[in-house]
Amino acid sequence: MHLKYESTLREPLVDGVKDYHQVTEDIIRPIEAKPGKLWYVGFFISLTLLGFGAFSVFWQIYFGVGVWNLNKTIGWGWDITNFVWWVGIGHAGTLISAILLLFRQGWRTGVNRAAEAMTIFAVMCAGQFPIIHMGRVWMAFFILPYPNTRGPVWVNFNSPLLWDVFAISTYFTVSLLFWYSGLLPDFATIRDRAKTKLRKLLYGIASFGWTGSTKHWQRHEALSLVLAGLSTPLVLSVHTIVSFDFATSVIPGWHTTIFPPYFVAGAIFSGFAMVQTLLIITRKILNLEDYITIGHMEAMNKVIVLTGSIVGCAYLTELFMAWYSAVPYEFDTFYKFRAAGPLGWSYWIMMTCNVISPQVFWFTKMRRNVMVTFVMSIIVNIGMWFERFVIICTSLYRDYIPSSWSYYTPSWPEVGFYLGTFGLFFTCYFLFAKYFPVIAVAEIKHVLKTSGENYKNEMVKYEEESAEKFAHDVAHAH
Amino acid sequence: MAVKKFVVGNFEDEAVLFPAVKKVRTAGYKIHDVYTPFPVHGLDHALGLRETSLHTAGFIYGITGTTTALSCMSWIFTTDWPLNIGGKPHLPLPAFIPITFELTVLFSAVGMVLTFCYLCQLAPFVKKHIFNPRQTDDKFVMAIELTEKTNVEELKNFLTAAGAKDVHEQTAETGWWLGRFDRDDMVFNKPVAPLNA
Repeated sequence: MHLKYESTLREPLVDGVKDYHQVTEDIIRPIEAKPGKLWYVGFFISLTLLGFGAFSVFWQIYFGVGVWNLNKTIGWGWDITNFVWWVGIGHAGTLISAILLLFRQGWRTGVNRAAEAMTIFAVMCAGQFPIIHMGRVWMAFFILPYPNTRGPVWVNFNSPLLWDVFAISTYFTVSLLFWYSGLLPDFATIRDRAKTKLRKLLYGIASFGWTGSTKHWQRHEALSLVLAGLSTPLVLSVHTIVSFDFATSVIPGWHTTIFPPYFVAGAIFSGFAMVQTLLIITRKILNLEDYITIGHMEAMNKVIVLTGSIVGCAYLTELFMAWYSAVPYEFDTFYKFRAAGPLGWSYWIMMTCNVISPQVFWFTKMRRNVMVTFVMSIIVNIGMWFERFVIICTSLYRDYIPSSWSYYTPSWPEVGFYLGTFGLFFTCYFLFAKYFPVIAVAEIKHVLKTSGENYKNEMVKYEEESAEKFAHDVAHAH
Repeated sequence: MAVKKFVVGNFEDEAVLFPAVKKVRTAGYKIHDVYTPFPVHGLDHALGLRETSLHTAGFIYGITGTTTALSCMSWIFTTDWPLNIGGKPHLPLPAFIPITFELTVLFSAVGMVLTFCYLCQLAPFVKKHIFNPRQTDDKFVMAIELTEKTNVEELKNFLTAAGAKDVHEQTAETGWWLGRFDRDDMVFNKPVAPLNA
């Protein structure tokens, strides 16, 4: 009988023949070297944007929310659009680090560190929008429930806006803890290699005295696994709660039960796009092509085409329900004001960027093409920004009373604030890329033996030998 | 803290380390610790370490969060300030679910990380003895504590036979203390009292 099980080997997660020391060298060398010219250029552009953003925020706080082009009809404009968009960007980081850890997906190791950093910076950007939107920012602490001297005045626990406060702050804290606990062993690696006193001191403080003891690793693994288990429902809950800001209201176009899953899928969609944008640049500049491989990008592109299609499906479901429910307000919002009204252009940008263009990723050649991936990642981010804009503005600009119908264009402080968060995000990311290991060194070493190029070569050799032996046995049996 | 003497064996590969750990334990030597640059699965069992209870701690912190959230919100909305918000009930449990969930996760995560740091004695400015600077890079380091009865030469030969590439003696302070990694390790400069004194 000829029964031979043939397994197709998976693509190696680390290209090139490496040993443990080489992995350390490759990933930590950029931290020890002086940053290149491109780094300085990028960093100063980011700082400039950040400065402009700070000025815009100062302007808004000084003169009041009136400097924004919001009106009675459109009370939420770019600010909440940007808030939801930035929160969404953050989701891929937790998804990669937590959900893929639980599912034992080895490819997460190459990209998780940078993605988690992205999450933290994105949530930092997001949180500012609702706070600045309050107008009297110095009163922001009123949103926290605490025993106070103003009589027993408490926050409203029924309000989705308060749920947001808890969701976003918990999300930020847990992501930060997850990220930092993963960084400890890598900081220790940098500390033990450090040649200068300053580096030894700073990374000595940052590494918390990590030694790599077996007991510590055992606890560390237990910690990572439970944090992943906690973050998995957390990441789903955060965008679900953000979607409740809309879904619990009575505005046509917002009041839909499909919002939670649809928002979560959209968040993962845009988050993965941002991870692609950042990692394609990072791997190129830091020469990390062996660790962030085409295979990694293909895996992420598969997630993008999946979540993009879920989002597309949600758009169609909304259109169907608007017609099927026979509610005239819903019907008008979806068919007259979104698809065909004065802000209709934003709807069609959203449709093109989110639903039509990601379908190129059904083709392997496109999924594995770096340039296509890079361009697509930016298109998806634009599309997802417009999705939030469409949901907010095209639902608000035509309300129940035709006399209050209006149009909306942002003012310069609104645009400036948005650009400023880009400045903050990239300033943080540039600092991260310079001073932190962008790839989890210990985790790469952990998967190196089982999915590196060495392993693959050995397995091919083993398969050939066993095939020869099998042929030999068969020949001798007869 | 006591200053102790160790024999340190450096291994190049985890595949060699595993049988070596077994041999050393069978021979009756006391392994102080094994340091690895990444988590080596199963090494804790090979060393005979007990399972961590960090999960249990996490669960306890989690239910503390659940109870805190639910009891606080119910007390505030029913007893402390029963405000009528749009005619909604004073104890709207479904509306309390999001915050309850978030606080459960928050308490559990923060509590677990703090417990982890406490159990492993990790904090900024904590400086511990590093037996080999490459134990966080590519070397697997086994430190065996010496007692009065240990024959150092025999142990060194034993470790070499078990696959250690480089075996040497070291003095280190056990436990932990606060310190800076950029300063010289004072333990090396201290004269060590003879073990049998």
